[in-house]
Amino acid sequence: MDDLAKKWELFINVFINKGGYNVVLDGLLNTLKIAVFGLVIGMIIGTLISMVKLLPQYKKSARIAGKVCNVYVAFFRGSPMVVQLLLGYYVILPLMGIRISSVIASIIVFGLNSGAYVSEIMRGGILSVDPGQMEAGRALGLSYWTTMFKIVVPQAIKNILPTLGNEFITLVKDTSIVGFVGANDLTCAFGYLASNNYEYIVPYVIMALIYIVIVLIFSGMIHIMEKKLRKDERHATIH
Amino acid sequence: MQQFTDENCILDVKNLCKEFDGHKVLDNISTKIYDGEKVVIIGPSGSGKSTFLRCLNCMEDPTSGSIYFDGVDIADMKVDINVHRQKMGMVFQQFNLFNNKTVLENIILAPVHVRKAELRKNKKKYPGLTVKKIVEEEKEKAFQLLDRIGLREKADVYPATLSGGQKQRIAIVRALAMNPKIMLFDEPTSALDPEMIGEVLSLIKRVADKGMTMVIVTHEMGFAREVGTRILFMADGNIQEEAPPEEFFNNPKNQRLKDFLSKVL
Ligand SMILES: Nc1ncnc2c1ncn2[C@@H]1O[C@H](COP(=O)(O)OP(=O)(O)OP(=O)(O)O)[C@@H](O)[C@H]1O
Ligand SMILES: [Mg+2]
Repeated sequence: MDDLAKKWELFINVFINKGGYNVVLDGLLNTLKIAVFGLVIGMIIGTLISMVKLLPQYKKSARIAGKVCNVYVAFFRGSPMVVQLLLGYYVILPLMGIRISSVIASIIVFGLNSGAYVSEIMRGGILSVDPGQMEAGRALGLSYWTTMFKIVVPQAIKNILPTLGNEFITLVKDTSIVGFVGANDLTCAFGYLASNNYEYIVPYVIMALIYIVIVLIFSGMIHIMEKKLRKDERHATIH
Repeated sequence: MQQFTDENCILDVKNLCKEFDGHKVLDNISTKIYDGEKVVIIGPSGSGKSTFLRCLNCMEDPTSGSIYFDGVDIADMKVDINVHRQKMGMVFQQFNLFNNKTVLENIILAPVHVRKAELRKNKKKYPGLTVKKIVEEEKEKAFQLLDRIGLREKADVYPATLSGGQKQRIAIVRALAMNPKIMLFDEPTSALDPEMIGEVLSLIKRVADKGMTMVIVTHEMGFAREVGTRILFMADGNIQEEAPPEEFFNNPKNQRLKDFLSKVL
């Protein structure tokens, strides 16, 4: 017990007196940035891919675009995220002569990666919407894309929100690998604190707790959103 | 008396053919639909009634043939079909109200969208008009339509809470909100409980009486006789017989039609 109290003191010393909290705050911010922006990019890319893949196939351009999307999805689902991150940051970006911070690079890789997963989820969601909804829109003279974005996609998103929530939570946890390209995230920050005096217990337990709290907060937010989106369902209006 | 001249021909269907994977469903159909006509299509299941109706606004692309609407061949793939569909209302068996929109939003969505796009393209033509004004005008119009069917108090609810009859009546006024030149109905009462059929048919009749041009696929023979000005009998992807209701029902000539009528009447 005495031992633990001492370890706690050591941690507090590093965390507060030596300014460790700055590193942790920076790490927390980066973790959130990479997860949130990654998901936003992923949603956009995923929605676009899913719609390209659902395009009527009678045009050659649609078939080619579909093939390109298949390759994209196969690559991002078929290789580990760390590999994608390393490839992106140390190979592809330098080859293209682009210099960006490791956080931005992580956001892009996470966005591209989650785009592949979201596209599959979204495709299922769009297919789950009654085709009559698209027909009604088209019959009123709305274009395919207008009907898609105003009518079909909102209903698809409602249907897939729980699955999408899981994808986001996976994304949040996966951010813990960005240290591989030198980005300071939550995991890096606590690793840095621990390496200060080689006392691991307290910082790593706190780190785990913080991840759990973040995930719980996001789960709660997703749940609230789900409830809001279900307002157009029958049972919601009866009571 | 109704004049059938080229000037008031709304739809001119010429040699319409439709195949699904090599299977011929519509076999060289030609007919003209004139302003104010109420054309009712009847026929056995699988005869191609829905396919024919859906070809009229190119929800199904014809395999060959032409469909002239406003003098434009809308079967031509180069035509911007959306512009023409805006003037052709369609009512489905399954209602197809937008589930994620309230009743009011269902009605104003398309008119507001179309007018907004028009305003953006051609600002000079509409001095003083704003998006806000468009929305207000369309809402006002939607409320008038809802008043006509006695459903004003449902403006802010979602379709999931409505009865089938209410849904279909709203689907009809949603189509009317676009001020179409013609309305296409595909078995508008087939998915309804019997006690709700009457309210929908009487709304269609009221719209018909106001002079709307209509093409209606239905199994309701009494309604066909009452509202139709011309009845088409379809079988095997063809129009086998067409005549005004009196003659059609009292004096059918085609043997298939006689058999069909003896079964359904
Ligand atoms: N999308 C499609 N793909 C393949 N075949 C189709 C398609 N739509 C219709 N068919 C076929 O075309 C034929 C005509 O169908 P259609 O729905 O037009 O008949 P209908 O007269 O409306 O019948 P019902 O009274 O049952 O509604 C049927 O044999 C049907 O199987
Ligand atoms: Mg049918």
